[in-house]
Amino acid sequence: MRLLAILLALLIGACAGQSPRDDSLYRGLGEQAGITRIVEGMLLNAARNTRISRHFQDIDIERLRDKLVEQFCVEAGGPCEYTGDSMEESHKGLNISRADFNALVEDLIEAMEAEGVAVPVQNRLLARLAPMRGQIIER
Amino acid sequence: MLRTLATLFCSLLPALVAAEQGRLLASGGASSIDGAAGGGIVPWAVLAGYGEQGEWGGAAFLTRVETGDYRLDVGGAAFAYDNRVELSFARQRFDLGTLARDLRLPDDSLSQDIFGVKLRLFGDLIYDRLPQLSLGVEHKRQRDFRVPRLVGAVRDEDTEAYLAASRLILGGAFGYNLLLNGNLRYSRANEQGLLGYGGDRRDRHSVLKEGSVAVLLDPHWVVGVEYREKPDNLSFAGENDWSDLFVGYFPNKHLAVVLAYARLGEIAGLDHQDGVYLSLQGSF
Repeated sequence: MRLLAILLALLIGACAGQSPRDDSLYRGLGEQAGITRIVEGMLLNAARNTRISRHFQDIDIERLRDKLVEQFCVEAGGPCEYTGDSMEESHKGLNISRADFNALVEDLIEAMEAEGVAVPVQNRLLARLAPMRGQIIER
Repeated sequence: MLRTLATLFCSLLPALVAAEQGRLLASGGASSIDGAAGGGIVPWAVLAGYGEQGEWGGAAFLTRVETGDYRLDVGGAAFAYDNRVELSFARQRFDLGTLARDLRLPDDSLSQDIFGVKLRLFGDLIYDRLPQLSLGVEHKRQRDFRVPRLVGAVRDEDTEAYLAASRLILGGAFGYNLLLNGNLRYSRANEQGLLGYGGDRRDRHSVLKEGSVAVLLDPHWVVGVEYREKPDNLSFAGENDWSDLFVGYFPNKHLAVVLAYARLGEIAGLDHQDGVYLSLQGSF
């Protein structure tokens, strides 16, 4: 009986302890420096991409980069805080089409390829970002 | 007809490739032997080419299957609009090889045309909560019915339908993207319709299961397996389900190459028809 109580106490103690955050995706992307290079690569690709470059004119591109880095970092389980607007808010009135969204996805994949990010790591980031499409397109 | 299609395709292509279409690479699939977008022997729920909402997409293809005793040649094209509706055409020619001489058949090949329409009902291959579900209807027409009639086929044209569900699971296969596809087909075609439709043994449509599983090794390379159930309507010879192992290469949105090892089983009395499948596709 006492043994059981000790086991139970150990178990509760283990559960109460802070479970370590899974930051393997964050590390896989090259942490802060890697994520910054990926975001910058994506934005440079987008600026050259005639299908969507119009969406990146007349905006504060440095602020966009900083917020995207924060967001990718948070989504990847890194030690960051997202301080930007909600996805709905930041895309309001832009009327981003499904095709525009895919074009940026392609620019992101190309940037990750250029950084030498392994395909399964690329897919993990894409899987974290894909559910946001509904909050981004056609607003 | 094929030449007209090819000309039409080639004249449309330059105008459309100037602005690349809006779906992701490989999401238009290859061209199935029916002409509909998909794998090789099994169509997917996706629509041909790379057009998203409000855009056109399309593909033209040439496919050859070589089994040793037989050879199947297919050519065709498909166009899709709005990522909603696809129209397709395929012409199949099945070379009977030595069988025609051995059995003194009146023709040395079988041939049919397939007119297809595919409608995306709901869902999305990658993003929506629901997988992409499409309804396809195919009208198949024999071009020379003499041999099929001789072996017991009842009809020289027929219409069949299929429901296709497709989903890409990001990172679903040990981190690699996984494509799952399942179809239910309502058909009475003998050997895809190359031996006519309905037979002396059975002249009713059957519900047939088809499916494929593929893994995307990166954005350009895909490997997978396919399976297609077939009916058994003719008494003169058995008919086996088809399966294959394939590797596909999508260097860009305008070209795809698919190489496969296909197991086609018994066809018109000759067993062990295994062989090589090669398909080239141009798309936009």
